[in-house]
Amino acid sequence: MSTEARAVAAASRDAYARIVATLIRLTGDWSLAEDCAQDAIESALRRWPRDGVPANPGGWLMTAARNRAVDQLRRAATAGRKLRDLALLREAEPAPEGDDRLRLIFTCCHPALAPESRVALTLRTVAGVPTADVARLFLVSESAMTRRLTRAKSKIAQSRIPYRAPSGPALAERLPGVLAVLYLLFTHGYDAGGELDAADEAIHLARLLAELMPAEPEVSALLALCLLQHSRRAARRDAAGELVTLDRQDRSRWDHAAIAEAVGLLAGRPVTGAYAIQAHIAACHATAPDFASTDWSTLAGWYDQLARIHPSPVVAVNRAVAHGYAYGPAAGLDLLAGAGDAVAGYAPAVAARAQLAARAGDPVTAAALFRRAAGIAASEGERRALMRRAAETEAGVAASGARRAGAQIGGAASGPDRVETEAGVAASGPRRAGAEAVG
Amino acid sequence: MKYMMFVCTDSEPETALQAPDIEEWVAGNDAAGRRVLGSQLAEPSAATTVRVRGGELLLTDGPFAETKEVIVGFDILECADLDEAIEVARAHPMSWAGRVELRPFVD
Repeated sequence: MSTEARAVAAASRDAYARIVATLIRLTGDWSLAEDCAQDAIESALRRWPRDGVPANPGGWLMTAARNRAVDQLRRAATAGRKLRDLALLREAEPAPEGDDRLRLIFTCCHPALAPESRVALTLRTVAGVPTADVARLFLVSESAMTRRLTRAKSKIAQSRIPYRAPSGPALAERLPGVLAVLYLLFTHGYDAGGELDAADEAIHLARLLAELMPAEPEVSALLALCLLQHSRRAARRDAAGELVTLDRQDRSRWDHAAIAEAVGLLAGRPVTGAYAIQAHIAACHATAPDFASTDWSTLAGWYDQLARIHPSPVVAVNRAVAHGYAYGPAAGLDLLAGAGDAVAGYAPAVAARAQLAARAGDPVTAAALFRRAAGIAASEGERRALMRRAAETEAGVAASGARRAGAQIGGAASGPDRVETEAGVAASGPRRAGAEAVG
Repeated sequence: MKYMMFVCTDSEPETALQAPDIEEWVAGNDAAGRRVLGSQLAEPSAATTVRVRGGELLLTDGPFAETKEVIVGFDILECADLDEAIEVARAHPMSWAGRVELRPFVD
């Protein structure tokens, strides 16, 4: 890629949402806004190699997009209907109340839109991801995605979904939905194998939101959580593409700059919700020099809090495993037994019981439980890993190093959207199990 | 912006203990000029469905479909945007005890 092309890519990434958001505010026309932003980028690709990269690339793109919009509206204005928009665009930049990009994010994430449309529209309009890439991410055809986006935009226009970020109590109601969209996008990144890294896009958007709403602790907590989980991406899979669990990851390959940034985001901020708790859990792992030095009693405490405000089978299992490391296998087994029906028939719960039994020195029970977990595992990879664990446990591998073997149950975690946890067992993102993804 | 608000319920409405008061809802929104028109409707059994097929008028006794949920009333709202309409609808007791559908006018 040439220097100029790279400059265009960088500038459009920074400026796209601002351009689209501003043009939507001025004209109310979503398609016009997107077309003009796209035209400005294309014209930069033609002109920058010839004229040089301008001193203010983002400003150049904004001016080009506005001029383009003025041209288009001037043509339409001969019919007389677009004169108001034209006047708005021509006057000097009016001082926006609040930030246009914030309005754009909240409008794209409005709860009156279908959930899958919210994610797609946010990617397309706020992140500027081409429709074809959004379609690939959602495993639908480009024409189907075009229809979905068109439907969402027409719902916004017809129902008159307001173009604004809410304030006061309405903000408290709407913000969790926006955060859920970003986190859903992030967990989707575990599935994506294409050119578009949804996790990177989610982090980009979370960073934007954290910049725009610096006073909201859950926003910076979400950014921290995403950074921490993503910091392990280089260590998460081995050369063969198999999942490597937390206890066996090469920690020198973690992204320590991202971890430091995330820890900084969490420092001194109140813990007001589930994202903050999950971020602290992830930070606890990320800052441990090795698996054995993990501060399990602090982790167990965070899981106690998470279980209170956000109970789910995934949280129950991870909490039991954390307690098992902090206070001994019996403590973990007690918690699992206490969780009862909530985790019955849930493969990671059975696998966690197997792991705790192995650590408690009962390989026979452990092997049987690993087999039972394999029988109800959600995926073939997970089933294979659990059968392998059963065989290893029977062969006495577990007995020779109970603590380490216990951790290896992490082999059970598979499936690209699963985030490693204490046991490595199947903690998933919000799509599968609620809003928690831990580790 | 006008919204048609369909007030729907199961044939056996849920009871909602803390639902807002309907009289207050009507009075408040009438006073604010947000409620253009509205009424409770007679039982679905009193409905007549009108269809014309091949030029021929077909009348059916009863609502257009056998559904468990029926429209029991409507209100026409005048609101600035969907968020305002949602606020009006959430204060209507039937969004607590049944459900309320907001449909914008095309105009």
